[in-house]
Amino acid sequence: MFRWSLITLLSIAVIGVSVWGYQEHQEKNAILIQAENNYQRSFHDLTYNLDLLHDKIGSTLAMNTREQLSPQLAEIWRLTSMAHNDVGQLPLTLLPFNKTEEFLQQMGDFSYRTAIRDLDKEPLSDDELEALESLYEVSGDIEQELRKVQNMVLNDNLRWMDVQLALVNNDEQADNTIIDGFETVEKTVEGYSEGKLNASMMGTSSKKDGFAILGDEKVSEEEAKKKMRSLLRIDEETDITVASTGEGANVPLYSGSYKADDTTGYIDITQNGGYPLTLMINREVEERNKSLHEAMQNAKDYLSKLDFTTDLALVESNQYDNVGVFQFVPQYDDVWIYPDAIQIKVALDNGEVLGFVAKDYLENYHEREIPEVKLSEEEARDKVNPNLKIQEHHLAVIEDDMGEEVLTYVYLGTLNQDTYKIFINASDGSEVRVDKLKQAEMKY
Amino acid sequence: MKKKITICLIIFAISSFFFIDGKNDQVHGFSNQVIQHGATGDDVIELQARLQYLGFYNGDIDGVFGWGTYWALRNFQYEFGMEIDGLAGQAVKQKLEDASEFDKAYVHEQIQQGKKFTHYGGVDKEKQTEPSPTKQKEGDGGQQGSNQQQENQQAQPENNQPQATEEDLEPTAVNIPQGFSQNDIQIMANAVYGEARGEPYEGQVAVASVILNRVESSTFPNTVSGVIFEPRAFTAVSDGQIWLTPNERARNAVLDAINGWDPTGEALYYFNPDTATSGWIWSRPQIKRIGKHVFCM
Repeated sequence: MFRWSLITLLSIAVIGVSVWGYQEHQEKNAILIQAENNYQRSFHDLTYNLDLLHDKIGSTLAMNTREQLSPQLAEIWRLTSMAHNDVGQLPLTLLPFNKTEEFLQQMGDFSYRTAIRDLDKEPLSDDELEALESLYEVSGDIEQELRKVQNMVLNDNLRWMDVQLALVNNDEQADNTIIDGFETVEKTVEGYSEGKLNASMMGTSSKKDGFAILGDEKVSEEEAKKKMRSLLRIDEETDITVASTGEGANVPLYSGSYKADDTTGYIDITQNGGYPLTLMINREVEERNKSLHEAMQNAKDYLSKLDFTTDLALVESNQYDNVGVFQFVPQYDDVWIYPDAIQIKVALDNGEVLGFVAKDYLENYHEREIPEVKLSEEEARDKVNPNLKIQEHHLAVIEDDMGEEVLTYVYLGTLNQDTYKIFINASDGSEVRVDKLKQAEMKY
Repeated sequence: MKKKITICLIIFAISSFFFIDGKNDQVHGFSNQVIQHGATGDDVIELQARLQYLGFYNGDIDGVFGWGTYWALRNFQYEFGMEIDGLAGQAVKQKLEDASEFDKAYVHEQIQQGKKFTHYGGVDKEKQTEPSPTKQKEGDGGQQGSNQQQENQQAQPENNQPQATEEDLEPTAVNIPQGFSQNDIQIMANAVYGEARGEPYEGQVAVASVILNRVESSTFPNTVSGVIFEPRAFTAVSDGQIWLTPNERARNAVLDAINGWDPTGEALYYFNPDTATSGWIWSRPQIKRIGKHVFCM
């Protein structure tokens, strides 16, 4: 009797487990198919968008009338952004697919810049037409290669989930057809990237002035170490690890770090000139004793003792729990230089500076000829949306969309409950930028 | 100018003695700090409430000195003939205290109960708040009476220190860096914690910076979530470690990164040289090593 009931129980258990297992298996498959379908959609969208892109660029080249050109370029811009989005959804991050992405980016930049321009006044130059032609060629090749891959995927029922797996188990990488296909696409583009596309024309590098302040003189690691100690506020006893940056760094640095008790510190000093680039000190910040205002004054004092200009204007101040974070920009004759911003962080328990970032400052700082304003303040004010109640204004140098520095009138104004910052070009009165300033966010 | 202020101060001091008659704790409502844009806390709540009482401030009384408060304060300074600098220093606070009422008990009770409320002068407080679900607010009758009466009514709760007037009330809002939301920060903190919880602090800031550099870069998706959830971009996302609860340190690291700290030198990739499987990643130009991770372009 006992034996039979045991057998029955066990068989029920076995059947139960297999039913459960089957269901799990089904579910897993369903999810895999879902994920696979997502990848497939992105991939086919990508090839479709590149097809379309190629055609559109082709017809742009054939176009003559300016009225049609702008919308066409806007359409190209939209397509590149969509293609880009599709690439982002494929598991290609660790694959060398960045040249193709760069192409998309260049295409997008080019079409954006030309689409927003008044082509009646400033038609496409010969150089630009040439650039467009070479972009057309590249897009044609990418389209072809991708079509080949797409064809293989469809004929052989290739699955993106296998790419995923192949990438996980790196050793099989060479065998995967999709991966091979994408590598071929990449190689095709690589040929173009250097020679044919005039990089300066495409505006890929958003115009960096490139650390002009640093000079050529190298500081030794010892000197840098000394400076680090003083900035990190540590004595000779404390160990500090210093390393130099590798070839990928756009400016060579010494990086120092130390760890003592509850405090860690990290600092970057430029090898040329020995300027501090970033400083970070991390420690527990106790209860607040200092006001944000005192903290700001501390920050100002601190910066004036470093290698930066002393005349600083406060752009932003924020309290995050027990630390204050400030952004300063230099000020010359009441003109605020926004590109040379410095961020600084102060602990509100004892007013100590916990860190700063001078990257923007070091990168952009140079002797500036500040041009004369061509518009009076009143004239510029007229260009601001009349619904806005202007509360404050000053002159400032900012970078526009193209990364060029322009002199602007900056207006701070309110519209209902919101505050906006409006930048009006001081020489031609155009609206360079409008920023809505953030409001505090409700705690949830 | 200075003389003018002094005279004003004297007049107000006299008149306030006359009015308030010895209730000096009223004047010491504010702490000694100079309150400036971006500050948070109790003093800001009082500042906003007082500005609202006078009709300068129409936003929420949330304890964060944002732009709304800033303009309100400047308008107040303008109307009262003071130097317009948007800072609430001693003179400003004094003047505010003299010109307005601050029903601390009422304001704090509203904030603690999480109600939507206002604090305008000369309006019945019952009408300035949502009805209480449990019981109607007691002991806070008509506001329409003369100043003298209000003073008396207010004196009671202030001296008794009812529970609603506990010091150091938390503001109901927080400062968030421009262009981000609390949720963005949360999701980044998740990713940073999942990816680099064993790393030194600068290593965590570095990982957060890479996420932000990718958002900036035109070859990656343009949103924080787009970058984080890009397939195969982050191992913590693939293996689900992103859903661990991040600690405060990870969150601070994210905040630092958003505020501009980038120890990586604009890196777009990073990998752990001990576990990296992709040969391609080694071919990227390397920038530096922080903790266990190598950062590269």
